Amino acid sequence: MSHRVRVNPIACEAHGMCAELLPERITLDEWGYPLLDEQPLRGAEVEHAIRAARACPTFALLVARERDAARDGSR
Amino acid sequence: MSAVLVASAGPSVYWYLTRSTGAVALLLLSLAIALGVIDVQRWSSPRWPRFVIDSLHRNVSLLAMVFLVLHILTSVLDSFASISLIDAVVPFVGSYRPFWLGLGAVSFDLLIAVVITSLLRQRIGFASWRAVHWLTYASWPVALLHGFGTGSDANSTWLLALSIVCVAIVLAAVLARVLRGWPANLRARGAALGGAGAFALFLALWLPGGPLGSEWARRSGTPTALLSHSKSTTATSTGRR
Amino acid sequence: MNSATAPTMQTPPAPPAATHEQPAAALPRLLAGIPASGAMTLEDHLAVHGEMPLTGTRRRRQAREQAAGLIDEVQRAGLLGHGGAAFPAATKMRAVASQRRRAIVVVNAAEGEPASLKDRTLLEIVPHLVIDGGVLAARAVGADEVIVCACESAHAGIEAATRAIEERDERVSSQAPKVRLATVPSHYVAGQETALVSHLNGAPARPTFTPPMTFEQGVARRPTLVNNAETLAHLALIARHGASWFRQVGTPTQPGSALVTLAGPVARPGVYEIEHGASLSSLVAAAGGASARLHGVLVGGYAGSWIGAEHLHGLALSNEHLAPHGATFGAGVVLALSELACPVAETARLARWLAGQSTRQCGPCVHGLDALATSVAQIAAGGAQARAARRVDQLASLVARRGACGHPDGAVRVILSAMDAFQAQFADHARHGPCDACARPPELPLPARTVPSGTQRTALRR
Repeated sequence: MSHRVRVNPIACEAHGMCAELLPERITLDEWGYPLLDEQPLRGAEVEHAIRAARACPTFALLVARERDAARDGSR
Repeated sequence: MSAVLVASAGPSVYWYLTRSTGAVALLLLSLAIALGVIDVQRWSSPRWPRFVIDSLHRNVSLLAMVFLVLHILTSVLDSFASISLIDAVVPFVGSYRPFWLGLGAVSFDLLIAVVITSLLRQRIGFASWRAVHWLTYASWPVALLHGFGTGSDANSTWLLALSIVCVAIVLAAVLARVLRGWPANLRARGAALGGAGAFALFLALWLPGGPLGSEWARRSGTPTALLSHSKSTTATSTGRR
Repeated sequence: MNSATAPTMQTPPAPPAATHEQPAAALPRLLAGIPASGAMTLEDHLAVHGEMPLTGTRRRRQAREQAAGLIDEVQRAGLLGHGGAAFPAATKMRAVASQRRRAIVVVNAAEGEPASLKDRTLLEIVPHLVIDGGVLAARAVGADEVIVCACESAHAGIEAATRAIEERDERVSSQAPKVRLATVPSHYVAGQETALVSHLNGAPARPTFTPPMTFEQGVARRPTLVNNAETLAHLALIARHGASWFRQVGTPTQPGSALVTLAGPVARPGVYEIEHGASLSSLVAAAGGASARLHGVLVGGYAGSWIGAEHLHGLALSNEHLAPHGATFGAGVVLALSELACPVAETARLARWLAGQSTRQCGPCVHGLDALATSVAQIAAGGAQARAARRVDQLASLVARRGACGHPDGAVRVILSAMDAFQAQFADHARHGPCDACARPPELPLPARTVPSGTQRTALRR
C-alpha cells in the first residue's frame, strides 16, 4: 500500500501551507500554486503529508492510497 | 466565595470574573479576527510561516470561546442579577437589562455556529463553511455593544481603554481586508467599508450619552429592585454597584 | 455536406465479409442515403439501415447476454471514441456496465470546438442513427435513460433531434430507455465530459475534479456513459453489420470511417466522411481542391497540432500516421491556413482566445494561459524572442497536467506546435515585428463565447 500526495486544482487557492509542511514533496510555482512530486511517500513523510492535508484551508491537498485503484483520497 | 456576603460587601468575585473574562473574550475575539484577515491575505514571514498563522487563528478563536464560556458561567453564578443559562443562548428573555444581555446571547449563538461548522468542516464542504464563517464579522460588534450595555463600570478607564484597543484592532483588520481583498467585488467592499465607518461613528456618538452617561443603569433595563445598588454609578472608576 | 469517395487504403484490406446482408465496404457509411436537404425521417432511416437490432427483451438473462454480446462486438470492431481522446469504446462501456447502480447514457453533441461541425451535422441529418446508438449503448450498459446533448446554438440539430425523438415515441415499448434532449452552452469546454455532466446536474458547465469518475458517478450520481455522438452513430452500424464489416475500412489500429470538418481555403469546406488513414490530398480533392497555397494545416482542433506545409504531401489522417508529426486525429478538424494569413498573428489570437475560454477554476490554467498569450503576443509584436520563447517553454512545463481538465494541456500543445511548424515566421516576427499579413482579416474562427467563471482568487502575496 503506497501513499501519494495529490491536489484538487479546483479547490486549491494557493494558501501555501502544504509547501511549508511537506517541503520534500511540494514546492510553489511563481503564482503560489503547488508543484507536487507524486512519487510514493516514504516512511515519516506519510505522517507529514496527512498533517499538511489537514492544514489545507480548502481541503485541496489529498493523500491518496495506492491500493484502492489509485483513486481513493483520504485526508 | 460565599454568595451571602454579596449584598453587603459589594461586588462578588463572580462579578469581577464575569467582567474580566468577558473583556478577555472580546480582546481574543478581536485578535482572532485580525489573525483571520492576516491568514486569508496569505501574509507570512520566515519566522511566521502560513501554517503557524493559520493555527494561531484557530487556537486564539478557541481560547476566546473558552473565556466566553467562563464569562457565561460566572455571570450565571453571580447572584446579583438573576441570569440563567437560558439567557446565554436565547436572547432578550432575561430580566436584567434584557436587550443588552440579549445581544450577548446573539453574539454567542453566532459564534457557536461558526465553531461547530469549523469543527465539522470536512463534512459540510468548503462553500457552506465559509458562508457561515462570515458571521464572525457580525458577532463582534454585537459583542462589543453587549459589553457596553450590560456593564455597570463602562466608565472605568481600563475597560474603556481595552474597548478602544479592540475597536482599533478590528477596524484595522476590516480595512486591510477590504482594501486588499475581493479584487472584483467593488460594491461589497464599498458596503463593508461604509458599514465599518458607520459603526465607528455610531459608537462615537452614542457612547457619551449612553453607557458612559448618567442613569444608564436605569435606562438599560436594570430591574428596579437592583437599582438602589446602582445609584452610585457615576463617572468614577470604582466599578462598584 | 458531401461524403468523400473512399481513397486508396494505405494498409492491407480486412478479411472478406461473411454474411450476405452486409452492405458494400466502401463509404459512405454514416452519411449513406442522406436526403438532398433536411433530416432523414424514420422511414428513410429504416429503409437505408434496417431495423435496430436488440429491440429489448423482458427476460433478464437474455438482456444481459445481448448486452455482453454487443460490447464484445464493439471490442472486436476496435471502435474508438470520436470526441477527441480516441478512448476504446468497449472499455468505457464495460466500466459503466460493471457498476451497481442503474446507469444513464449521455450522447455528447455539445461540440464546443468552433472549427468542428460534424456532431451538429449528424444530429441535423441522421438523428435516428445517433439515437439508435444511444439506445443500443443504453441496453449494453443497463441504462434506462438516454440524454442527447446538443449545443444551444445548433438550432437545426435541436429541431431535427426533437422531431426524431417524437417520431420514435410512438414505436417504443415501455421498457425501452427513455430518450430526451438537453441543450448545452456553447463555450469551448462545455463538451468536456465532467463539465457536461455538471451542466446536466444543474450546475454551471465547468469541469469538476475526479474522482469520482463519470462512469462511477455522473448525472444524478449514477454511473454515466458519455459518448460522442459520432461514436454512437458508428455503434449503431456495428450492431447491425458486425465488427468484421466495420474493420473493412480504416487501419488496423484505427478501424472504420470518421467524419472530418474541413475548413479553410478549399472550394467546398464542410463535413466529409473518410476512412481512417485516408490521405489529406484525397480529402482536399473531394472538397474541390485548395483555392490558395497553404502555410499549414491544424489537425484535431484547437487542442490539436499544426503541421507545416512541407509535411502535407503524403500526409494521412489517422493517429499512427499523424504521430510522427506530433499530431492526433482528435475531433476530426482539418483546418487549412492559407499562405496569405500570418501564422504568428493567428497563433497570438488563438492563444488569447484559449486563455479566455478557461473556466478559471484552476490557478495554473488561469495564470499560465494568460502568461502564454502575453508571451506569444510579445513575439508577434517583435519583442525579445529568445526570452519570450524560453518563457513559453517554461510555461508549457508549468501548466501541463496541473488543471482539472485537459484545456491547458491542449492550449500548450497547439501553441508549441505552431511555433515549431512556423519557425521561420516566428523568427522573422521576433526580429522585425508585425508583417504585412498581420493586418489581414483573421482566418481562424474564434467566436466570442461567455464562459461561466469559477472564482480563482489570485494569490495575494507574491
